[in-house]
Amino acid sequence: MSVIVTDTGFGPDVFVENGGQFVSASDLALTSATRLGVDLFNDADPGALVDHFERIALIRIPFPSFADGRGFSLARQLRSLGYTGRLRASGHLISDQYKHARKVGFDEVEIDFDLATRQPEPQWLRAAAPGYLEKFRSSRKAA
Amino acid sequence: MYAYTDFDQAFVRERVDAFRDQVARRINGSLTEDEFKPHRLMNGLYLQLHAYMLRVAIPYGTLDGRQMRQLAMIADRWDKGYGHFTTRQNIQFNWPKLADTPAMLDALADVEMHAIQTSGNCIRNVTSDHFAGAAADEIEDPRPTAELIRQWSTDHPEFLYLPRKFKIAVTGSPNDRAAAKAHDIGLRMVRDDIGAPGYEVLVGGGLGRTPMIARVVRAFLPKADLLPYLEAILHVYNLEGRRDNKYKARIKILAHETGIDELRTRIEAAFERIRGDFTAPDPATVARIQGSFAAPDFATDREIPTIADPALRSWVDTNVADHRRADHAMVTVSLKPIGGTPGDATSDQMRALAEIAETYAYDELRISHEQNVVLPHVHRADLPAVYAALREAGLHTANVGLVSDIIACPGMDYCALATARSIPIAQEISTAFEDIRRQRDIGELKIKISGCINACGHHHVGHIGILGLDRAGVETYQITLGGDATETAAIGERTGRGFSYEEIVPAVERLVDAYLEVREDETETFLETYRRVGMTPFKDALYGSEEEVGRAA
Repeated sequence: MSVIVTDTGFGPDVFVENGGQFVSASDLALTSATRLGVDLFNDADPGALVDHFERIALIRIPFPSFADGRGFSLARQLRSLGYTGRLRASGHLISDQYKHARKVGFDEVEIDFDLATRQPEPQWLRAAAPGYLEKFRSSRKAA
Repeated sequence: MYAYTDFDQAFVRERVDAFRDQVARRINGSLTEDEFKPHRLMNGLYLQLHAYMLRVAIPYGTLDGRQMRQLAMIADRWDKGYGHFTTRQNIQFNWPKLADTPAMLDALADVEMHAIQTSGNCIRNVTSDHFAGAAADEIEDPRPTAELIRQWSTDHPEFLYLPRKFKIAVTGSPNDRAAAKAHDIGLRMVRDDIGAPGYEVLVGGGLGRTPMIARVVRAFLPKADLLPYLEAILHVYNLEGRRDNKYKARIKILAHETGIDELRTRIEAAFERIRGDFTAPDPATVARIQGSFAAPDFATDREIPTIADPALRSWVDTNVADHRRADHAMVTVSLKPIGGTPGDATSDQMRALAEIAETYAYDELRISHEQNVVLPHVHRADLPAVYAALREAGLHTANVGLVSDIIACPGMDYCALATARSIPIAQEISTAFEDIRRQRDIGELKIKISGCINACGHHHVGHIGILGLDRAGVETYQITLGGDATETAAIGERTGRGFSYEEIVPAVERLVDAYLEVREDETETFLETYRRVGMTPFKDALYGSEEEVGRAA
């Protein structure tokens, strides 16, 4: 059972509870379904999703390990390609990374129950000071 | 000097609080040791051979007397009364306790300093020319650029978990004193055809076990595009740099395996995509940064006495360089006393340096990547007084650029990675060449020593490079010749089999004797001679007629 971390704290996986299903990015062309969830693996090309953005409700990027930061760049790239749907990081992220995930364009982080127990809600919601980057970036992006 | 804004001050304080909280969460089990480690590293804290080590950033090598005094205080209170200046414009304290480190970080924040991103797989402390703002050959002061990069790269949310560490250097002069070509990114300030300032962007340099000289990825980058272009390079590297093998994870390997042209295409594509995310930096911010590096109010109309004292004259010849103003000079204070540890300074010496800077040098100090301290602006009338004060503090060694001005990593005396000792080799070489007249006759000669293949002592770019290895439990030292870290950068070539601990210093002496024999005259430096005559006479000097000539050690 997963826990979804957002700015309001821990919650259930509403997407899955409402019957949402995930396909891998490479299988996207095989279906015409809408309101899709897409798993974008770390070695996939986000550019291949651009033509499908309108029928994607949620993109999930798995982190193989918290020390593997490719997901941060993939999220950033999806946002700069114009993706405005929900964006989720999943796998082994730690609470100190939540603020960074939010700043590169993720809306939420999916963690397992064990990690949620070891790193309870307040650790994820520790207020983040504004970063330097905001001084150099325009505000046109959700990031 | 760059003075912290309220934003900077709030940021570093928040960072100390966050680290204190991480330490507490490590202790209560919320963070595993694996999860804690990158946070500890990104706050400068290493676990070394004997103890923790705290590496403090001296951004682009610039500090003032107040900051130097605080480093002395930290050395006295939480260490053993000394600090070690490194080849990347940092200072390391070798004996702190974990529980004391948040307090040490607070003490740094008190004087607008920090240890942020001095380690870990992130963008490290940005380094620059130690003569910035004073050198006669400067196109433009590189420090405002370095400060801008410091701000942009600090806690950058996308680039904290890179494949490997990432080092950026900026030089503002055609004579590259920042070793830009040995960095992941090197920036050289240049002007285009119509005189507009910008950068030549070099990518993929680095030393370590696969040394490479950086190559040009963009011949001219307009100033305003700097941050989005850097971000594009890092973005491509973060996604495509190898993560399967830490020894192949630096951007130099990506550049090598992908090819510089293909890498350039990918960087330019990313640049086009993200450029619009950036506003031009706020003009007020830029003006404030520029203004904080304004030249001091130089004293004029002072009589400059001629120098008669031979000791003083000898020191002026080696340790004093021309300033862009004729009545001022740039003074390099050698941290390489004969038989001493390269880069070490005691807390008393740090306080003396602070006092001298405040009294004679417009309160400015620099740390050079050659592990010396620089007083960038000294009126020539004050040189005798500066020399006398340095002498009092035991900081008057007249050997800058000479054979005893050696760069050495901490080696097996401190470092957990080292495979051989470095510091004692440096000490013995400098003792062997103690005679200053002999040193001056030899002239410019850069010896660099690393105690393992990670090359923190930059041996690949030493005129004479020494690499200490462990061969079946025995320290063995390999020699390379002809390395160069400047604008004419080159990786040194291996001479042949290595030497034992007992053999290495005599081997270096034989190399120097061979040079003295074959040089055209005393104006031809060791490096120039090597480039003219090649390896043969040096190999002969090292190995004579022994059978092993040319055999790899």
